[in-house]
Amino acid sequence: MNVTWRTVVRLTVLIVAVVVLQIAVVAQIVVFDASADLLPLVALSIGLLAGPVAGATVGFMLGLVADMALLQTLGVSSLLLIGVGYGAGRFREMRDATHKLVPPIGGFLATLGFDAGFALVQFLLGVDSSVSPLVIREALVSAVINGLLVIPVFAGVRTVLRSDLIDDLRPRRRPVTRTRVLSQS
Amino acid sequence: MALLVSLSIALLTVYFGESASGGLHNVQRGFLEVMAPLQEGASRTLKPVSDLVGWAGDVFDAKSENKDLKKQNEQLRAQLAAAQTAERDVRQLRGLVGFNESARFPDGHDPVAARVIGRSPTVWYSAITIDKGSDQGVRDDQPVVSGAGLVGRVSDVAPDAARVTLITDHTSGVSAQLVPDGPNGLVKATVGNPNDLILDFVQKGRAVSKGATVVTSGWRSSRLESLFPRGIPIGRVSRVDSDERELYQRVHLRPFADLRELDMVEVLTRGPRAVQNAQAGP
Repeated sequence: MNVTWRTVVRLTVLIVAVVVLQIAVVAQIVVFDASADLLPLVALSIGLLAGPVAGATVGFMLGLVADMALLQTLGVSSLLLIGVGYGAGRFREMRDATHKLVPPIGGFLATLGFDAGFALVQFLLGVDSSVSPLVIREALVSAVINGLLVIPVFAGVRTVLRSDLIDDLRPRRRPVTRTRVLSQS
Repeated sequence: MALLVSLSIALLTVYFGESASGGLHNVQRGFLEVMAPLQEGASRTLKPVSDLVGWAGDVFDAKSENKDLKKQNEQLRAQLAAAQTAERDVRQLRGLVGFNESARFPDGHDPVAARVIGRSPTVWYSAITIDKGSDQGVRDDQPVVSGAGLVGRVSDVAPDAARVTLITDHTSGVSAQLVPDGPNGLVKATVGNPNDLILDFVQKGRAVSKGATVVTSGWRSSRLESLFPRGIPIGRVSRVDSDERELYQRVHLRPFADLRELDMVEVLTRGPRAVQNAQAGP
């Protein structure tokens, strides 16, 4: 990824816009008692498109801005989204991340991991009330919704960062063979 | 990577350890002040989109909900008649003992209507952000209600925005009682299930009937006073768990306010009359 001051501005605008959209709109849309969460999806997308360092950095910033805007305990979302962004980036380095199913499956797993991590940190910090088993159902529903939502989110993030990406993750086209050219002529 | 993780853990540790007036909390409040106009703009602009998605989901629920609403309507009609009779009685009794104030509830509070402009995306923080703050008279710990009942309390205030911790948050606790003459207890949340609250510390042997109404108890001692005024409806008893090994029975409530569909709420700020009374002393 080419990092210029334009990239930094673009990423900053993207981070603020995503957090505002999440808090003001997406979190208020409830589907089957759960709502989507754009934050792990954006961290995942950046990781898949630009590598582990960019994924972790954007994940940290996303979490920090979200925790600041929501007046939540600072550092919790940042810590977990670093993991999501870094993990997605490492996957890109080690495996073929161009497959069409990578974003949906990644979105599902990233959301589950993020929710499980959030629950773990909350238990470590102390929970003053009883916890309903419905938390698990909500996490699963949210992960399924995110698994679908990641497709437009991934495409949107790629569009925003296209000019900065060294190798764009697009499904590779089959090269035109000489025999086909000959037969056409 | 290691630096970012260390920074996150350092932030978490410092934030968790410091008081509500600490440096990081103040930075957060300042940040909320900057973000609030953006959130409000996005919330207003994209409301039709979220309404459309919500409408599609609502259609699925509408059929079964219609049946339930018809039942509830019959019950409410009966309750309305009883309540009107009771209100008339109360008015007459108050007149007898010399009270000349209206029966409007809650006494000594001024409602400030506010719009919900943000919501926490995780079940672990059950909180909303509203578009009214200290400039409009909103202060920490003031109760927040909707048309249906108690919603929560103000937990952080910026000049033009505030954070409201809902009664479904795991840190929330509301002193409450069953009406008309039921036992007192503490209403706590069940994380992950916004339709289930628990009235805890209700002694065994006290009769609790399904469908009974729970309201804030609004206790007051010589030095301390409950954050919530007496009589704000909280919810209706859905079931009672009584375990032989437990000292108390756990009463499950379904809150009156639909805490997932909040658009407008009211903050019960302390009115000038209440402040004057407080200054004058007992």
